[in-house]
Amino acid sequence: MPIQQRIFAVSISILLFIVIIDLVRRRRLREEFSWLWLLTGAGVILLAVWYDLLNFVTRVIGAVLPTTTLFLFGGIFFMVINLYYATKISSLHNHVKDLAQNIAILQSEVKRQSDK
Amino acid sequence: MHRKIIIVIPAYNEEGNIGPLIHRIREKLHDVDILVIDDGSADHTSRAAEKAGAIVVRLPFNMGYGAALQTGFKFALRYRYQYVVQMDADGQHDTGSIRTLLDEIKKEDVDVVIGSRFMDNRTTYKSPLVRRVGMGIFGKIASVITGRPVTDPTSGFQALNRDAMRFYASPYYPVDYPDADVIIMLHRAGLRIREVAVTMHARKEGTSMHSGLKPVYYVFKMFMSMFVTLLREDKFVKRIVAKEEITHADTTKNIRS
Repeated sequence: MPIQQRIFAVSISILLFIVIIDLVRRRRLREEFSWLWLLTGAGVILLAVWYDLLNFVTRVIGAVLPTTTLFLFGGIFFMVINLYYATKISSLHNHVKDLAQNIAILQSEVKRQSDK
Repeated sequence: MHRKIIIVIPAYNEEGNIGPLIHRIREKLHDVDILVIDDGSADHTSRAAEKAGAIVVRLPFNMGYGAALQTGFKFALRYRYQYVVQMDADGQHDTGSIRTLLDEIKKEDVDVVIGSRFMDNRTTYKSPLVRRVGMGIFGKIASVITGRPVTDPTSGFQALNRDAMRFYASPYYPVDYPDADVIIMLHRAGLRIREVAVTMHARKEGTSMHSGLKPVYYVFKMFMSMFVTLLREDKFVKRIVAKEEITHADTTKNIRS
């Protein structure tokens, strides 16, 4: 892997780390959602710095170029994070539904009481 | 308010249908409360329903047929109604058949009574071919799984007792297009289901919820829901035993505290 690619990958990962930690610090991102991103950043740094590991993984998955491995893992990461968000959205959807239903029932109760 | 029986009618943009429907119910039944769940309508559905003498619960935004219906079950549980009849606002379900459903549920040997338009051939209209094919397939699947003939798996004209209400109000009730999959869920949860013959008409005005591309999603959802229901049999049995867990009263308590 050319040194420029390595520097670029590590720089992007470090930047990602800083942004994630800062978002958590400013309470713009919950810790709950930060771990997957930090894990990815750590993974990219590990593969960029430890070239032998990248080569090993490339051979194991049957890829030709190490860069393909990085792209592949990037794609897998996006799939995983999207699935994770989909589960979160489903759960939030249920919470919003329950809240809206309860609010509507309580509102109707308040209205009936005030109409009496 | 407050009687033992409540008729739950989810309504979305049914300003034209809802008033006459409530009057028709009132002409035939005097001993019931009528609850209209206005599913965030853009027209004056709520006003028309109130004017006709119904109790109205207005959802803050459009949440879909199943969520609106479930609101009615939560309401019925909260106010301790003994029986619920769910029916559509579009005039398809014949008000004369409500008594048939109630007579059956009051026998106390069944938890859910489903009004079937195909028993005794009482229906006055023919559904579109695609819908009939869908109903045939889902009916067959439901029949095989439940071990009893299901002639009208998509019927939203039903009567429930409190056990069934608790199940319908639980988080396990599929709020997007509750349909044939619910029959399987009910069966798996150990609830007793029975079909009785009812009359249904063609809808009077407004748009069907099965318009546009929705039938495509509906078919997918139904297969998916039936499949996963078969994979999680035990959970439902346990949850229906632990009644308090699924009443949603806990959610209400949380809001209060």
